[in-house]
Amino acid sequence: MAQAQARDLPSGSEENIVPEKIREGVDLLINGERFRHTGDPKMPLLWYLRDVLRLTGTKYGGEHSGADLVLVDGKAVPALGQTVASLAGKRITTVEGMAATDGTLHPLQQAFVDEDAIGCGYCTPGWLIAALDLLGRKPHPTDDDIDQLPVLCRCGCQTRVRRAIKRAANGGKS
Amino acid sequence: MSATLPPLSRRRFVKLLAGGACALVIGIPLAAEAAAPDAPDAPLPAALLGDDLHALGAYVRIDGDGNVVIGIRDPDTGTGLSTALARLIADELDADWNQVSVVPLGLGVAVRDGKPAWIYGHQRGGTGDAIPAAWADLRQAGAVARYLITQAAARRLGVPAERLRCQAGVVVAPDGRRFAYGSLVEAAGQIDLPTQPLPLKTPDRFTLIGQSAGDVDARAIVTGQTRYAIDHHEAEELVAVLLRCPWPDGALASIDAAPALAVKGVVKVVPLTPEPNLQPGQTLGAPAVAVLAADTWSALQGRAQLKVVWKPGSGDDSAALEQQALALLDNKDATGQRVRNDGDVDAAGKKAARRLEATYVQPWLAHATPEPMNCLAHVEKDRATLVVPTQAPQQAWAVVQRLTGLAPDRIEIRVPRVGGGYGRRLDHDYVAEAVMLAKAADKPVRLLWTREDDLAHDYYRPAVAQKLGAIIDRKRNILAWTQRTAGASALARRGVPDDRLWTSELGADQLPAGLVPNYRSDWYGLASSLPRGPQRAMPHLSNAFAVESFVDEIAHALKEDPLDTRLHLLGPARQIPLAGGRSLDVGRLLNVLQLVADRIGWKQNWLHSVNGLGLACWHVDGTYVAHAIETSLNGNTLSIERAVCAVDVGRAINPLGLEGQVAGATLDALGTALNLAVSFKNGQVQQKSYKDYPLATMAQLPNEVEVITVPGGDRPPAGASFLAMPTAAPALANAVFRVSAVRVRRLPLMRELVRML
Ligand code: FES
Repeated sequence: MAQAQARDLPSGSEENIVPEKIREGVDLLINGERFRHTGDPKMPLLWYLRDVLRLTGTKYGGEHSGADLVLVDGKAVPALGQTVASLAGKRITTVEGMAATDGTLHPLQQAFVDEDAIGCGYCTPGWLIAALDLLGRKPHPTDDDIDQLPVLCRCGCQTRVRRAIKRAANGGKS
Repeated sequence: MSATLPPLSRRRFVKLLAGGACALVIGIPLAAEAAAPDAPDAPLPAALLGDDLHALGAYVRIDGDGNVVIGIRDPDTGTGLSTALARLIADELDADWNQVSVVPLGLGVAVRDGKPAWIYGHQRGGTGDAIPAAWADLRQAGAVARYLITQAAARRLGVPAERLRCQAGVVVAPDGRRFAYGSLVEAAGQIDLPTQPLPLKTPDRFTLIGQSAGDVDARAIVTGQTRYAIDHHEAEELVAVLLRCPWPDGALASIDAAPALAVKGVVKVVPLTPEPNLQPGQTLGAPAVAVLAADTWSALQGRAQLKVVWKPGSGDDSAALEQQALALLDNKDATGQRVRNDGDVDAAGKKAARRLEATYVQPWLAHATPEPMNCLAHVEKDRATLVVPTQAPQQAWAVVQRLTGLAPDRIEIRVPRVGGGYGRRLDHDYVAEAVMLAKAADKPVRLLWTREDDLAHDYYRPAVAQKLGAIIDRKRNILAWTQRTAGASALARRGVPDDRLWTSELGADQLPAGLVPNYRSDWYGLASSLPRGPQRAMPHLSNAFAVESFVDEIAHALKEDPLDTRLHLLGPARQIPLAGGRSLDVGRLLNVLQLVADRIGWKQNWLHSVNGLGLACWHVDGTYVAHAIETSLNGNTLSIERAVCAVDVGRAINPLGLEGQVAGATLDALGTALNLAVSFKNGQVQQKSYKDYPLATMAQLPNEVEVITVPGGDRPPAGASFLAMPTAAPALANAVFRVSAVRVRRLPLMRELVRML
């Protein structure tokens, strides 16, 4: 089709144009934006986010750290454990995608700020994504629900994180 | 601030006309320069002229629109230093906190007589000394800025400066006219700088100091915008991951790099060897082979394909070391190092009504910093630029300088917010790796450690075994206290004299030294090839666990309330002199102990509650801490129902930040005591991932930490990032004893509790 159109062009100099072949790749939907990954389909999502897209909000902390949680179709999963290929067509949300486009913080983000639920802050994106998943499933979580969040924090923010999640669940009131 | 402050030079403040905007920039000469008043000033960072504020300097910048940018000199590893330091300066400036933003300064280094001069003064985080240092000199920066602004306003109004008031970024005239700071910056640029240090505010005029503020980086953190070192990139960078020899003193026997080089994206394979005769943490921890690739995934795949054979080094087993330590403790004839000897323990023995003895064993620990070691290094012929997650940028600089030979000020060390330190980042093996690789590759190198690398190649907190003894007379007085401590010092090979190696595990002034008439403490050092280094709350963590557990054991043996035993041991409020001119204020220690006891309802509950209650108290360099913990036991499931902590640290700069540090350190110490241990077989760490080194889950930790901060009055502020560590574990073990009748003398606690239940 494209070639046919090219032949119709009056100018001879462009007759030899061969349109670039559509590159093979995996289509991804991340924070509402579309991306095509053309590298190794087995690359874990974490390295794709951090190295390729430079979305560095999702952290590397190692397996079971929880620092690398992202939301895939609403469920928190470690980005280190997902290949890019396995995520084709799925909806991915990272911490960068939580706030509204006008910059208004998500209620969870605001609650973390209000409770100062931050030590070094390296685990914070993990907590936010885990809590986003939890509140999606259970808008009024119990302490036992919060206990299950799969995030590690050596700075010891757990008590403030708990307060922040409850505050967010309570419409921003502590 | 000493009165020897040299005149501030004109070069230290400029009127900026970048893009038409005005800004006033102020720096203060710090201690390093005060010592060399004739030395030329360090140049004002050129970056100030543009939008890139990274090289701001120890400066305050006030923009024409009223925004205030404050440069933070000490690394913030999650200790709240960015917020606290900014508030110290902003208070003195009477800035509007809502208009303040901060930038990390990175290392400030200039050349004086060919040697480095640290132009920002103190630059170290997580070691408890940044706040006292800032209190001493940084407020002057805010005072100078306010002086220039008010002088400018005085000129404009024709009113003496003394009659003007400053308040939240506005100068207020006697007649009520108001001038925003931003409108005065251009005029302030014409004012001569003061020739003497300015008087600082009296505490009754503080507006920010002592008031709570959330973390200055909070919004950036929750939106994922904060860039830690690990998030930095450089054009044309290569990503490096290393395969390290399991033995620090091992060697590379053979290598087949071909399969690694065959991986798409892999560019280079580079063997690295530690430089000889350096202290741990100044060069690589072990021989290694690096894989350099276009991206992280390729580098990791390449490393997985490396075929390397190592020549083994000396391999210690932690279990065998523990046996050695216990044997030393039992051997009455073993020769050790005397740490302290008060009175005459042997003579006191003649009056003994009871003798008690107990042995405590604590394991090796890793740091497991949330952000693993990493470093971005760009080394060129005449300069080096690094992004380093360090607690001590001056030490990082020394490593870069040694490896590059560059002039002091040709090395730029940037230190963004750091994902946890805990003492691990006082060592810079990872910086040496990155610099060596950047030189070898002739390209910027972004070095990454995986979690597995991190757990396997740490400088560990060494295990320690302690035998404590008490001699008690008929009137239940503790007449004599003995303690024998055996372990491999964390400070070995680190330039500490042999007769001071015990200082990694013990303080000569630690409780109950000074409280019992006859006191003897001995250290038995073990030799080991296992890598060791500084750890959070060193040298308080292990000894506080043993001592404060043993006090509880004494109480139990005497059938006393452990609170009464402690009150009796501490005695009346008084000052007990300590080494270094400090003193132990027993009254302040009694106070924090009583506060936690009252809050947890000790008198009503300790004996009758179905839950178990435990106490502990300690002092750290003139600051005081106590914990009260309540636990319940359901089958094998231990729950921490309540955790109360009281601290007395003098003036709190940011009470909310202090509360966070105290709660955080409490949880860190509880989680560590419950779960964590590193073990070695043939020199190799057995713990591979967080599965084997399980930081506490939320379910294991208390839902709240009730923090009580004693009002500090006019006492100068002290660092508090680890103050709450030492007492958490013994208070927990004491509470566990009450609920389970199991006396845990060996950590980690859960393993031991389950074994003994
Ligand atoms: S805030 Fe540092 S690890 Fe959680």
